Amino acid sequence: MSAPLVEVCAISRSYAMRSGMFGRAAAVHAVDGVSLTIAKGETLGLVGESGSGKSTTGRVVLGLELPDRGEVRFDGQPMAAPGTPAWRAQRARMQMIFQDPLGALDRRLPVAAQIREPLDIHGIGTPADRDERVRELLRAVELTPAHGARYPGALSGGQRQRIVLARALATKPHFLVCDEPVSALDVSIQAQVVNLLCDLQAQLSLTLLFISHDLRVVRQISNVVAVMYLGRIVEIGSADDLFARPEHPYTQALVSASPAPGRRSAGRIVLAGDPPNPAARPQGCAFHPRCPRAIARCKGEVPALADVGGNRQVACHLVTGAETRDAA
Amino acid sequence: MPPLVSIRDFRVAFGGVPVLRGVDLALGKGEALGLVGESGSGKSVTWLAALGLLPRHAQVSGSVRLEGREILGAPAAELDHVRGGRVAMIFQDPASALNPVLTIRKQLCEALALHRDLQGNAVKAEARRLLDLVGIPDAGRRLEAYPHEFSGGQVQRIMIAMALAGNPDLLIADEPTTALDATIQAQILELLSTVRRELGMAMVLISHDLGVVAENCDRVAVMYAGRIVEEAPSNQLFADPVHPYAQGLIGALPPLDGPRRRLTAIPGTVPDPAKMPDGCAFAPRCTLAAEPCRLAAPTLAAIANDRSVACIRAEASRRALLGIAAE
Repeated sequence: MSAPLVEVCAISRSYAMRSGMFGRAAAVHAVDGVSLTIAKGETLGLVGESGSGKSTTGRVVLGLELPDRGEVRFDGQPMAAPGTPAWRAQRARMQMIFQDPLGALDRRLPVAAQIREPLDIHGIGTPADRDERVRELLRAVELTPAHGARYPGALSGGQRQRIVLARALATKPHFLVCDEPVSALDVSIQAQVVNLLCDLQAQLSLTLLFISHDLRVVRQISNVVAVMYLGRIVEIGSADDLFARPEHPYTQALVSASPAPGRRSAGRIVLAGDPPNPAARPQGCAFHPRCPRAIARCKGEVPALADVGGNRQVACHLVTGAETRDAA
Repeated sequence: MPPLVSIRDFRVAFGGVPVLRGVDLALGKGEALGLVGESGSGKSVTWLAALGLLPRHAQVSGSVRLEGREILGAPAAELDHVRGGRVAMIFQDPASALNPVLTIRKQLCEALALHRDLQGNAVKAEARRLLDLVGIPDAGRRLEAYPHEFSGGQVQRIMIAMALAGNPDLLIADEPTTALDATIQAQILELLSTVRRELGMAMVLISHDLGVVAENCDRVAVMYAGRIVEEAPSNQLFADPVHPYAQGLIGALPPLDGPRRRLTAIPGTVPDPAKMPDGCAFAPRCTLAAEPCRLAAPTLAAIANDRSVACIRAEASRRALLGIAAE
């Protein structure tokens, strides 16, 4: 494993949310004490359901939002204050890809002009260089210059996501945050974009933070996977191992809930209860009201993320508690 | 005994652009049929058109029979009895299907009054029973709540309760769990299969998710560009797909266990309905396409007892698959 490119140290981010028009503002802890490291050239997958804080984590890591507590270090340096020249220089080295490519593109501008925009903003190369770079980027995402002359409305969903990818790569970033980049695409197109992302990562030795609710896609592209539940990481481990032998009861339920062709739903863990509400976080382990194996200790004490060997960390009393951790 | 629903040479066009190009489908009593395909393949349109739910400018032709009775172009009074009474439908976005300013009781009782001969307190008691059936806790009190007071999974449960209000013989579930989180999706799918078993109801599950369909249906039909390209029992389809498109869909799905392999993406994109290629609609994206594929569109033909496929290269495709498996 090479040196970490991105180090996230115990970041927390909360929002004030009012209940009703005249209700008191309450703090919603979207992200609560999350620490991650992403090695150079590797992909960290972040999975979780809506409201688990995975997108907020991505935004904080990228510096689009400041953490309330904790810090993000990029290539050994702390993130510069937003708006400063140092921040701009740093931001050119990290880019983001969102779920909805149509929303991320300007409908009234040919897509080649949009790929070129980051080069203009960061003043990279001469105008002629920039045109050449746009052609090169279109080729890299397997599109032709003819596609570049079109407007976003004249492209298919998969082509639009390629354009967004080309634009994100324009400044030769080292780090990409991909927030549900293929969730809106059909299966066959999803596979094209996932393959393309894997190829580009290998060619350009990109480091990725890949956020998705889709376990299959995350496993396909990630080296390490972290599972989030209500703003905290509940389990983290190597991608193959984590999905083959999930330890945390929530990860087990997630893996079991992922439907597989050729397997009937026998033995599926179906969790009771609703998806968690970040504004009403349960005491103790946030997962205990839905956990089929919760014990008394889970209600009172927040489990800390602890090393259980084999590059795995789990935050669960049942797994890390000495009396339950036997020869498993 | 005639099948519950039988659809023959069913075609739909919008403004002269065909979106459904000859669909044949039959469904037995109590059977669960899955419909898979990408966006625009016509999976939803098939059922919207069959129930007369498309806007008036849609041109619909063919035949849709419910227990032998033609319902395509049937008078409105008869359709009103069919829709909600014999065939119910639930959609992807349950929140927008409920009226936000009426209580759940009002909306459930409305459906009950329309389709069931119930009076006074019996209506409310039935509404409560339905909410109980779909697993809404404290049903008596929750009847007085408004849609926004429920979570997304609960709203989908309420939609299922409303669909069951008319004691339908067939439930059409159009992407019922696409908007829901994974753990909630598992809950709703479990509910659907329990309800179906208890009431002996047939179901059509429309989904882009092959896994969801495989696990919850007896039989699966794969749609591409307005036609059914392969139909088979679900375990057979996923173990041994014959149509190159069905093979492609399964190959494009990243595995959740075992070694990671490069995904076999299907090249290109779905054809524009206004510029449909001659011959087989999948030929431009198909690795096995030969000259005859571009001449005439293949028809759905039986290849085994309960399997059919619309591909003239089906044999070659099967050999190719076996060859890959043997290596």
